[in-house]
Amino acid sequence: MDLFSNLALGFATAASPWNLLFCLVGALLGTLVGVLPGIGATATIAMLLPITFQLEPVSSLIMLAGIYYGAQYGGSTTAILINMPGESSSAVTALDGYQMARKGKAGAALAIAALGSFFAGSVSTFLVALFAPPLTSIALQFGAAEYFSLMVVGLVSSIALAHGSIVKALGMVVLGLLLGLVGTDIYSGTPRFTFGIREYSDGLNFVAVAVGIFGIAEILRNLESEKTREVLMAKVGGLMPSREDLKAMVAPMLRGTAIGSALGILPGGGAILASFASYTVEKRISKTPEEFGRGIVAGVAGPESANNAGAQTSFIPMLTLGIPANPVMALMIGAMIIQGIVPGPNVATEQPKLFWGIIASMWIGNLMLVVLNLPLIGLWVKLLTVPYYVLFPIIMAFCSIGVYSVNGNAYDLYAVAFFGLIGYVLAKLRCEPAPLLLGFVLGPLLEENLRRAMIISRGDPSVFVTRPISAILLLLALTVLIVVFLPSVRKKRDEVFVEED
Amino acid sequence: MKSVSIDPANGAAGALFIAIGAVFAFQAFGLELGTTFRMGPGYFPLVLSLILIFLGCIVLVQATQVQGEPIGAFAWRGMLLILPAPIIFGLTVRGLGFVPALFLAALIAAFASTRMRPLMAVVLAIAVSLFSALVFIKGLGLPFRLFGPWLGY
Repeated sequence: MDLFSNLALGFATAASPWNLLFCLVGALLGTLVGVLPGIGATATIAMLLPITFQLEPVSSLIMLAGIYYGAQYGGSTTAILINMPGESSSAVTALDGYQMARKGKAGAALAIAALGSFFAGSVSTFLVALFAPPLTSIALQFGAAEYFSLMVVGLVSSIALAHGSIVKALGMVVLGLLLGLVGTDIYSGTPRFTFGIREYSDGLNFVAVAVGIFGIAEILRNLESEKTREVLMAKVGGLMPSREDLKAMVAPMLRGTAIGSALGILPGGGAILASFASYTVEKRISKTPEEFGRGIVAGVAGPESANNAGAQTSFIPMLTLGIPANPVMALMIGAMIIQGIVPGPNVATEQPKLFWGIIASMWIGNLMLVVLNLPLIGLWVKLLTVPYYVLFPIIMAFCSIGVYSVNGNAYDLYAVAFFGLIGYVLAKLRCEPAPLLLGFVLGPLLEENLRRAMIISRGDPSVFVTRPISAILLLLALTVLIVVFLPSVRKKRDEVFVEED
Repeated sequence: MKSVSIDPANGAAGALFIAIGAVFAFQAFGLELGTTFRMGPGYFPLVLSLILIFLGCIVLVQATQVQGEPIGAFAWRGMLLILPAPIIFGLTVRGLGFVPALFLAALIAAFASTRMRPLMAVVLAIAVSLFSALVFIKGLGLPFRLFGPWLGY
């Protein structure tokens, strides 16, 4: 069968000694940075992205995938041990995980999170392998108009899942799109918005923008209030969950995996929604809903599984369509472009090794996390006790090296400082950075497809609604927009996001 | 008399959107706009910046309606010392070379925390520079000079 021969090719690629090593190094580094309090998966990947550029494309993406899982796992670790989730998706884990840790079950909570993630990861890796190829063949029929509409869907959904004001999130998307247009116009060769600086004529460096907006802004936020963290390290012991705990985690894990896999495919950050949805479901069907928030196993196992399943299936739109479903995928696409791979449906047919190698490495990365990180947990906990003021100068140094090593362009470093400032100010004004990054990546693609579609249709804008697939996609985007503006949904959405604070 | 109160965070966000939109719109007008059939380099950016200005206005209007939480303290010390770090690295990496440039960047960033003591900062900066030189230049083989022409190398 095709599926199995493809998977075999993938595993053969991902399991070569060098790629295994890169996956391992990635997972370890990802965890290392991910456990730094307050730094989530996106910031971690943005910071570590540059070190992968020296590798060949397959290895570099496999290493990135490793970093991703490591960072996520690191985020859950800080959520459980010091109640400081790095990212909104692990905020839900903190609710019950931290309470478990306070009851002296920190080890069990960490093990449950890891096992739940591994199970969810295994199932959803298989789903990605199953669904990616058929979607690819559909995507191959896409023309410029369809691509444009599809990107609109992705951008609109990213708004739906952002926190706070919808209008501000829309503004961030548009701002990102505009920033993405900085550089030379592809049709006429005219430099645009470069303020006469020749070094920006190739556009703003993606890594610089990502490191600035996510990494530096994050550091500045952490510097606002330097308080001593209470690490529950003495109580990490007894890693193995009890038999009861294991029994209690099976059903939430299965439900979480199902919820996460379904929501992850949605463009716009389904993984975040997945952990909230799973938590809500578990609470609703539980016989003891009052135990939630006091350290119940289901409150850790469900959301962690859902989160990981969603993270995995969010690779589907990225691999098949070249459309990022969340900021992490936007980073992946940025990495692919820097490696000279054009993301989109052609990747599967032109670079089967890369395509299936990434899919296989997802599973291997998950396995490595369980096998390696559970025994290493003591080390990560020790790392949490290293004071923050020692860590961030190191991070700043590595960020500078990383960004500079991409092109050897000092102007990229100035851009880092600039976007660090912008990112911090926008965060203070309660504007979400994720939609901006999506817009930044999609900006040039959106414009190119719009212009191409208009040229093909001889200036007739009705092409977007007369071509059926495009019309359906635009209708979908419109529906999403209307739904998020509906008062009842708005209220519900506020509730969901309030819970995490 | 009715006094108009503006939510500081939303008010500033709206104003920022409008300002950035205006800058982009102004620049886009200087480019060839083209027609819907053959869009020039200025067409799409102009549309986007007008949308951004429009959204900024909505945010601004909303800011007068609802009061949110205050913005909170800014990390001034952090901004003053963290943001220059990559700039200093960029300015000196060619002239001074990789190791001294990194030392300076790490040193200045280290002082962003009120808890950092001078001796600790120097030790940390030296350690980071040496470690990075070993890993990135010797190990990964990045093509940067360890010490630059300003130091007579």
